[in-house]
Amino acid sequence: MAWKAIDRITPADDDGDAPVLSEAVREKIRSFFPRYPEKRAALLPALHIVQDAVGYVSHRAMRDIAELLDIPPAQVLDTVTFYSHFWTRPRGRKVVVACRSLSCHLTGAEAVIEAVKRHLGIGEHETTPDGAFSFVTEECLGACEQGPCLLINERLHGRVRPEDVPRLLNDPDNDRLDVPRSDLYDGIRGPTGEMEGRA
Amino acid sequence: MSGFEPVLLRNVGVEGVRTLKVSESRGGWAAARKALTTMTPDEIVEEVRRSGLRGRGGAGFPTGVKWSFLPKDRKHTVLCVNFDESEPGTFNNRYLAEHDPHLVLEGILIAAYATRADLAYIYLRAEYHELFHILQRALDEAYAAGWFGADILGTGYRLECHIHRGAGAYVCGEETGLIESLEGKRGWPRIKPPYPAVRGAFGRPTVVNNVETLACLPAIIERGAEWFASIGTPGSTGPKLYTVSGPVNRPGCFEAPLGLTVRELIEGDDFAGGMAGGRKVKAVIPGGLSVGILTADELDCRLDFTDVLNYGLLGLGTAGAIVIGDDADMRKVLANTARFYAHESCGQCTHCREGTGWMARIAERIAAGAGRIADLDLIVELCGRMGMMSGMSICGLPDGAAYPIRLIVEKFRGELEEAIGRQPPGYTERYIRDRIPSVYALPVLQAGAAPARERAVPA
Ligand SMILES: Cc1cc2nc3c(=O)[nH]c(=O)nc-3n(C[C@H](O)[C@H](O)[C@H](O)COP(=O)(O)O)c2cc1C
Ligand code: SF4
Ligand code: FES
Repeated sequence: MAWKAIDRITPADDDGDAPVLSEAVREKIRSFFPRYPEKRAALLPALHIVQDAVGYVSHRAMRDIAELLDIPPAQVLDTVTFYSHFWTRPRGRKVVVACRSLSCHLTGAEAVIEAVKRHLGIGEHETTPDGAFSFVTEECLGACEQGPCLLINERLHGRVRPEDVPRLLNDPDNDRLDVPRSDLYDGIRGPTGEMEGRA
Repeated sequence: MSGFEPVLLRNVGVEGVRTLKVSESRGGWAAARKALTTMTPDEIVEEVRRSGLRGRGGAGFPTGVKWSFLPKDRKHTVLCVNFDESEPGTFNNRYLAEHDPHLVLEGILIAAYATRADLAYIYLRAEYHELFHILQRALDEAYAAGWFGADILGTGYRLECHIHRGAGAYVCGEETGLIESLEGKRGWPRIKPPYPAVRGAFGRPTVVNNVETLACLPAIIERGAEWFASIGTPGSTGPKLYTVSGPVNRPGCFEAPLGLTVRELIEGDDFAGGMAGGRKVKAVIPGGLSVGILTADELDCRLDFTDVLNYGLLGLGTAGAIVIGDDADMRKVLANTARFYAHESCGQCTHCREGTGWMARIAERIAAGAGRIADLDLIVELCGRMGMMSGMSICGLPDGAAYPIRLIVEKFRGELEEAIGRQPPGYTERYIRDRIPSVYALPVLQAGAAPARERAVPA
């Protein structure tokens, strides 16, 4: 549950009249319908797709998804706010997630978390003024043997030492995956991709 | 572990084994072929029951027995593969699937056929990005080769299998929380009964199994129930994946028969290879955070389903050991543990929601150097009332919270009391006043210690 999780108080800024999801994004969401006996079950995939394309799940995007899935927007909001993975307001192009659970704690996570904050000049759940980075801490990332761990967008970095942090965060490829991607999910788009999902 | 040949990890390090071709050349998918073409579903259920295989997801329920709870006259059955793996210290599912995705998929096919499921979902935690792509590629390849889809191996059996990505919530690993999440809702566990076997995902009979449980199936089919049952200790059969993290020389995932001692796991040359940096073991959380904690004097504990109970632990859990060195501050270990559950409680049951929150705040206070001896008693009392008051919460999360929190306080009470004794006088009061000034707006406290400016703070 959201206990000291992402900011859920500041409302998303665009709850306008115009739909925000492009036809391509809608089509991608629809392609998940046949996987489930009920359309509503495509909600989590839809939220992943929207967040990948638009960067976050705004109230307007929630209305669009609700319409596609034939459910009330309130149910979409209910689901969105339960999961710590979804952002309801814009975030940085790269999201840095630091593990704070026990194995990482025991191998030095606190110092790494401090180093990230110092290098980026922001606190937890904040975004740098240039929109390049957001920083959050999360519970166990399932890579405890590599502690302390950082996730930069989709890429996991293990055995991070505080002195490695500046170099790691400055590396433009720090979020690139080494394995071939499936095209089912696009992943977080780069700086120019951010607006592509918009109608 | 001389003489033990790895079963689940036998393909680790084999070049290209993520591809179907190499997997098949190593004997992959042969068991699925045998199962689908020479065995009936009921024969497989019986074979698995005789193997003694117990669930590897934490609860240790016998797998064959669980499958036999499905109603006989069912039409559609759903298999949910529990790949939520969010228990701190646990990464065996990830390690296994990363190295040998086809073994996991083969296990899924066998389980689905045995339970006559026509739909299988792999509920994969959101943070496993790289693994998603590895697994999805393997699944695409297996589909293309006819291992999933319509009329598998010409038997007329049809199975659709999809990866469903989670979104960051520990409680979605609980089987009914998982089902709710699969249906597109918040992951609030359901009140049981009805059990998933009767009414689960989309109202259909549903089986939820852990990834490692399913990965045992190909070997059982291939080599038989007796062979599987000959590995391990009585009542705890088969090979097991153990994970070790914390300040050890070789943190990682290892395979051995059930019943390995914690000492071997930490010190053995084939395992974690001892403590790093000249540290000594102070404590071990041996089965994922929720099972509780062992002291350095309790390392002879065997990791199987029964011996752990002799040490006051909740159970075997996931056999994910978190090793704590003698340089660690148990107050911080306590606070870190308590915070985890407070963050992950889904909030629908009063005892769990409030209890985990209270514990986290008390533990945080102790870790900040502002604890009281009475807080230790308070924590132990809260564990009894909120976690183990049976029937007062919907799922097992508060039990999993209460065990480690209570056992840390009970087994390390001396160290905690000593730390509290070292605190400067008056620190507790100052800390509370700084953190929660509204406490001082209460009449009884206003009358005494609080200086004037604190009194102005509104409640
Ligand atoms: C709070 C909570 C979290 C759980 N998380 C997981 C998990 O991440 N993975 C898992 O396999 N089982 C988890 N379980 C256990 C499942 O409810 C269920 O027992 C298990 O998936 C059954 O599979 P098995 O019989 O193969 O072990 C969790 C249980 C609780 C109460
Ligand atoms: S016991 Fe806790 S986690 Fe489980 S359903 Fe109740 S509130 Fe949620
Ligand atoms: S504790 Fe950090 S990845 Fe598990």
